[in-house]
Amino acid sequence: MNLPIHAQLINLMAALLLLIAFAMLSQRRIMSLIYLFAWQGAVLFANTMIVAWGTGQTHLFYSALITLVLKVVLLPWLLHRLATRLQIQSDVETMINIPITMLIGIVLVIFAFNLALPISQWAQTITRSTLGIAIASVLLSFLMMIMRRKAVPQVIGFLSMENGLFFAATSTTYGMPMVVELGIALDVLVGTFIFGIFFFRIRETFDSLDIGNLEKLKQD
Amino acid sequence: MEILLVLGFPLAGGIVMALVGHRHYAAEINALFSLASFVAALTLAVDVVDRGSFSDMDDLFFVDPFNVFLVTLTAFVTFTTTLFSRPYMRNEQARGKLSPAMMRLYHSMFQIFGFTMLLALLTNNIGILWVAMEGATLATVLLVSLYRTPASLEAAWKYFILCGVGIAQALFGTILVYFAAERVLGSGGTALLWTHLYAVKTQLEPTVLGLAFVFLLVGYGTKVGLAPLHNWLPDAHAEGPTPISAVLSGLLLNVALYAVVRSKALVDGAVGTPLAGNLMMGFGLLSVVVAAFFLPRQKDVKRLFAYSSIEHMGLTTFAFGMGGPVATFAALLHMTVHSLTKSAIFFTVGHAAQKTGTQIIDDIRGLIVTNPVIGWGLMFGTLAILGLPPFGVFASEFLILTTAMRDHAWATPFLLLALGVAFAAVFKKTQGMVFGDTTALRLPHSPALLPVFVHLGLVLMLGLYIPPYLAAWYRQAAQLLG
Repeated sequence: MNLPIHAQLINLMAALLLLIAFAMLSQRRIMSLIYLFAWQGAVLFANTMIVAWGTGQTHLFYSALITLVLKVVLLPWLLHRLATRLQIQSDVETMINIPITMLIGIVLVIFAFNLALPISQWAQTITRSTLGIAIASVLLSFLMMIMRRKAVPQVIGFLSMENGLFFAATSTTYGMPMVVELGIALDVLVGTFIFGIFFFRIRETFDSLDIGNLEKLKQD
Repeated sequence: MEILLVLGFPLAGGIVMALVGHRHYAAEINALFSLASFVAALTLAVDVVDRGSFSDMDDLFFVDPFNVFLVTLTAFVTFTTTLFSRPYMRNEQARGKLSPAMMRLYHSMFQIFGFTMLLALLTNNIGILWVAMEGATLATVLLVSLYRTPASLEAAWKYFILCGVGIAQALFGTILVYFAAERVLGSGGTALLWTHLYAVKTQLEPTVLGLAFVFLLVGYGTKVGLAPLHNWLPDAHAEGPTPISAVLSGLLLNVALYAVVRSKALVDGAVGTPLAGNLMMGFGLLSVVVAAFFLPRQKDVKRLFAYSSIEHMGLTTFAFGMGGPVATFAALLHMTVHSLTKSAIFFTVGHAAQKTGTQIIDDIRGLIVTNPVIGWGLMFGTLAILGLPPFGVFASEFLILTTAMRDHAWATPFLLLALGVAFAAVFKKTQGMVFGDTTALRLPHSPALLPVFVHLGLVLMLGLYIPPYLAAWYRQAAQLLG
């Protein structure tokens, strides 16, 4: 392998991201999920910095900065605070079947790599090989949202899906234009606040954060 | 300049309402802001008649015949909804369902919701379009759960999660479009602008754009309420306050469909095969059929008309999918008349539900006895939405069906069957609500029924006579979309 050092580092970051996605999928404890989410943000930040440094795309430094503030500090802090105030730090999700989830996850990764193949063929970025992992982490977050029965892990799945999309944007195009990225960041932040309000309302009404309570409206 | 006013009034309204939205004069101020935005939209429309399409503020915004009529429609229905919401929300407050803080939230978010929809329509940037669509979800999600009942919380959670996941797919689609466009237009802002994208659409990489369209259709299609992604829609319509049901059904679905149709025009140019049209026809037809067969089983009146919205959005999507000047013309007309009729129906349904104290169809009886105006309003609205002549829905459905018979004969039996089932189900249920013995009560604040008849009058007019400039816009828009 004669890859330049930054390309090797990018591949390392992508591998870490996939690892974190699987770790999130198998994690039953809410607090550990929040820490994993913060780590995911940290890897994204490192990856964006490396890409910015390797390619000289200065706007990526700013978007890395947004990632650091929003996804490593602010959102995990908000989630942590919510979990403390709702007193669910020690909540454990018992209803999920981890081995089956992992197996479905592996199938999804293979599918993601196949989906990425025709696209990354056209890409000219140094990061093109990581698109498969980006799509895989989006799909794995999606799977996590489907499998979880509690509100907070579902929201973490939702946020990590956005992380996966951000990674996809960096790996195909070196990131979206600044104005769009700021808009997306604003939406994510406002969305998290609203989710927080929801947690309290759901708890007030149902005395628990189990989404199973939210299946009363009929399908017809 | 007008563009800034169209957007500025609702944004300022959102901020002002956040401060004074609980005062007794809040409903009037709310209506004034929407009226100002509507007037600005009208001058914008006049401007487009004079100058043709143009872009403004360094290509940040652009206006063409396709979006200008949607902007006017959105601003108009938002304004009439504020007129309806004035007595409606006061009645709710008089019954002790809403606290002053809730009223503040309601008024403020109503204006912000209007702002995000207008921004989505006017922006030239597909990234901003995405941000605005997500913003529209965020603005309405707290409104759906305004009453804080268990059912409304469930509806809002479902709405938030499903639309959030859906819109994430659309973001991936947007990234793919940017990726394909960047190679032609270079990196930086211009590769996300509709005007620049349309100019180079034949040079874009077809495989990538085809894949991008699938993601965009699934993403924005969730918000249009296309089957099988429609689950959030009936719940959100039934559990939220009625003015919100009216703007969700009448406007938000249109704006989401606008995003899909714009993407289709782009992808068609790049791919050169009818892939995008076929996908839209498939999803559209499925929605029409699924919604029609859910209609007879509905017990809640707002859910009934929510399913009717799925049916009509499906029909419009199908018509856009067929493409060609006639079908696109019909689809644009159908968007307009559905939006006017459905919001009028929700206005009457809202007052009817308040008078009888329930949303259950079987418990709403004899509206015509206590309040003939509500009763006839609901009856005429139902006849209009079911596509009876001489209302405008008849004209658009007739055009869609005849085009389908000519170009896609296989689809017409499904469409006719679905329309027949929908007719039987909705008409039977409405008849029971309008006629018969009554259970209705008097309301503390008398209902605002002028908007209902203004809307229905417009729909009637569009069935008999389409003003020449509107027809010209439809034709130009149809040409633009291919």
